[in-house]
Amino acid sequence: MILVATGTVSVTHYLIVGAIMFTAGVVCMAVKRNALGVLMGIELVLNGANINFVAFGSSYLAGEGRPPLGLDGEVMALFVILLAAAEAAVALAITLNFYNNHGTVDVDRADDLRG
Amino acid sequence: MNWMANLLFLQRPTILPVAAIDWHASLFVVFALVACGAAVMVVVTDNVVRMALHLVLSLGATAGLFFLAGAEFVGSMQLMIYVGGTLVLLVFGVMLTAQTKLVALQTPPGDRVIAGILAAALLAVLVQSAVSIETWRRPGRAETQPPTATPLGMALVGVRVDSPVSAAESQRRSGYLLPFEIVSVHLLVVLVGAAYLARAKRRRTPRPIDVVASADPPPPLPSGRLEDRETASVLIGSGR
Amino acid sequence: MAEFLINTVGLPTWLAWSATAGVAAFLILNVIAGGALVFIWAERKIAARIQDRLGPTRTGGRFGWLQSLADGIKLLAKEDLMPDGADSLLFRLAPYVSFCASFCAFIAMPFAFDVVGQRLNVGVFFVIAVLGLEVFGVILAGYASASKWSLFGAMREAAQVVSYEVPLGMCVVVPVMLAGSMDLVTIGEKQAGWLTNWYLFHDPFTFVIFWVYFTCAVASVNRAPFDLAEAESELVAGFHTEYSGLRWSFFFMAEYGSMFLVSGLAAVLFLGGWNGPIPIAELAGWSDGSAVTAPYAVRLLGCANLLGKATVGVLLMMWIRWTLPRLRIDQVMTTCLKYCTPIAAVMFAGVMLWQLFLPGGLVPGSRRGAIAVREGWLEQAVEKPEEPAAVPADAGTSVSQQLVGVAE
Repeated sequence: MILVATGTVSVTHYLIVGAIMFTAGVVCMAVKRNALGVLMGIELVLNGANINFVAFGSSYLAGEGRPPLGLDGEVMALFVILLAAAEAAVALAITLNFYNNHGTVDVDRADDLRG
Repeated sequence: MNWMANLLFLQRPTILPVAAIDWHASLFVVFALVACGAAVMVVVTDNVVRMALHLVLSLGATAGLFFLAGAEFVGSMQLMIYVGGTLVLLVFGVMLTAQTKLVALQTPPGDRVIAGILAAALLAVLVQSAVSIETWRRPGRAETQPPTATPLGMALVGVRVDSPVSAAESQRRSGYLLPFEIVSVHLLVVLVGAAYLARAKRRRTPRPIDVVASADPPPPLPSGRLEDRETASVLIGSGR
Repeated sequence: MAEFLINTVGLPTWLAWSATAGVAAFLILNVIAGGALVFIWAERKIAARIQDRLGPTRTGGRFGWLQSLADGIKLLAKEDLMPDGADSLLFRLAPYVSFCASFCAFIAMPFAFDVVGQRLNVGVFFVIAVLGLEVFGVILAGYASASKWSLFGAMREAAQVVSYEVPLGMCVVVPVMLAGSMDLVTIGEKQAGWLTNWYLFHDPFTFVIFWVYFTCAVASVNRAPFDLAEAESELVAGFHTEYSGLRWSFFFMAEYGSMFLVSGLAAVLFLGGWNGPIPIAELAGWSDGSAVTAPYAVRLLGCANLLGKATVGVLLMMWIRWTLPRLRIDQVMTTCLKYCTPIAAVMFAGVMLWQLFLPGGLVPGSRRGAIAVREGWLEQAVEKPEEPAAVPADAGTSVSQQLVGVAE
């Protein structure tokens, strides 16, 4: 039975996970036609950034010496979570308003101001 | 190609005998795979309800990653606020707008290809910068002291107790009391604004659901009005 | 236990930790499943007696002891149905999401001063956060059933659970404030001693807060009188209309598990946790309060105390269910927003003022571990930078105790 372990985790591993989530969020924002899909992309982007903040502020992951951000990383991640919740609420209100007025959440149909 | 060699070296798994699993690393791998996999599934799936489910999985696994990094308070906040609050809100929105034809909107393939190329470029840039700094790549040390939420709580009240500094320097380090208060007022403003934006408005011509709910016969539909034909909420059943 | 396995038995570290985790998970699973078995029987008996009848009297003797077992066998033998238009992945996943949320919250739940799955410093916060995740299983079940009654029930239940998290959080903050820590083990330890040390009797505001907490907890686990979402007379069966057999029993186990959890949380936060009304262990000289020297019997006594208090809470919930009529959904929301939240806020302010002006209780010096608050502690903390070095060394004690000293 061969089991695989990748050694001790460092900040870089967390940064790569954060990068993948960030990229997934950006693609989601760009590709989805559903307005709620775009909103989910925004959440993924903010989450990827949060992973970076927490990785830099973690004393478990730092090499010898202190973590680069220390407590500031955790506090910033906290504020990002709070503000993401607020922004999601407003974005959802806008989406529902759009749905009530136009009957669809398709962002391709939001072209009243075009041309 | 130096950065690519570094990347390959980092991610080459070492085959160890059974007796030496590092649980921290294994759990990190599990949580990271779930988080990234679910994030990719959010992008790939077309069904918006499944997208919401995958997002829940992804953010939950991220909370696990936070716990593994020692940020227990932030992990609990993520679970409570993000997963338990924001995503519930999102799922409510999904349910309210999940009609048959809106559940799975397709993107044209040309757009997908361009997005894929841009995503690959962005990912390459980010990963390259992540592996390029030497101090970040050194493996972590074993932390014997379990982390507490005390420094975080004190910092939010304005007192920094997380690291010993000289008296002169501590005068310049301020706590997070002001951002805390600003965020509180911000949340209040957002609450009022979102409630106002999403209020039920009086419509000039009633939607089919309002007609069904009332006992009167439906008024004649003017032709060509998009919202009267298409607006049928899931609450009256749309033939799924 | 892991240290025992590593040092005495000589297992490698990873195997020791996984064995410990397995044993802990197995125990908690047994607590939930065994508890569900007992509570189902108890519910039927209590319901029957309140309604002036007898309840199960045939299966397994005169009191129907084996009724739960018979129910379980019946559920196992049922046909596994799924509605035609249902989203199969979500339909199958929903019961497990609900059950996992209920199960994971037991990680931070202490059963004795030493018996806890994982002693989290943010224990209270973690439990409340994970409890709020149960609503996802409900929403998924309601949506995936492809039936409007299920969706109605699920949406109402989700709205109810999410709304009641607000006063629940405020009620839970009061014992945290009294103990100075979010660690459940610390909160329980601070209530050691006689009955009067329990936070329930700390001041009248805390007494009221306990009942507000209980109301919010009952609403949070969707028990009557707040069970509109699964009411038979309203929505057939709400979000679990289309579920039958073993899948339905998972929802049921999640519900009973959550009931047990919030009762256990009430016991730890307000009713002294694993400390009995009389400190037997201290009086008999078995322990002097420290965890290392206490014999195992003290832990068992603590577990028995906590399980007893949690069971009393669950029985109280059952009693309320079969006594009070059901509330309408607008009445449920009114109770939350117009009654529970303002009362919780006022009581919270009351506890804060009580702690500020009467830190030693009504009889000065009688309270163990009272926190003396001096003015100017903020300036004192800033101008003494060597103080912060002491803070990380104390993992469990409260901040104000470290900064301003303790009045014992």
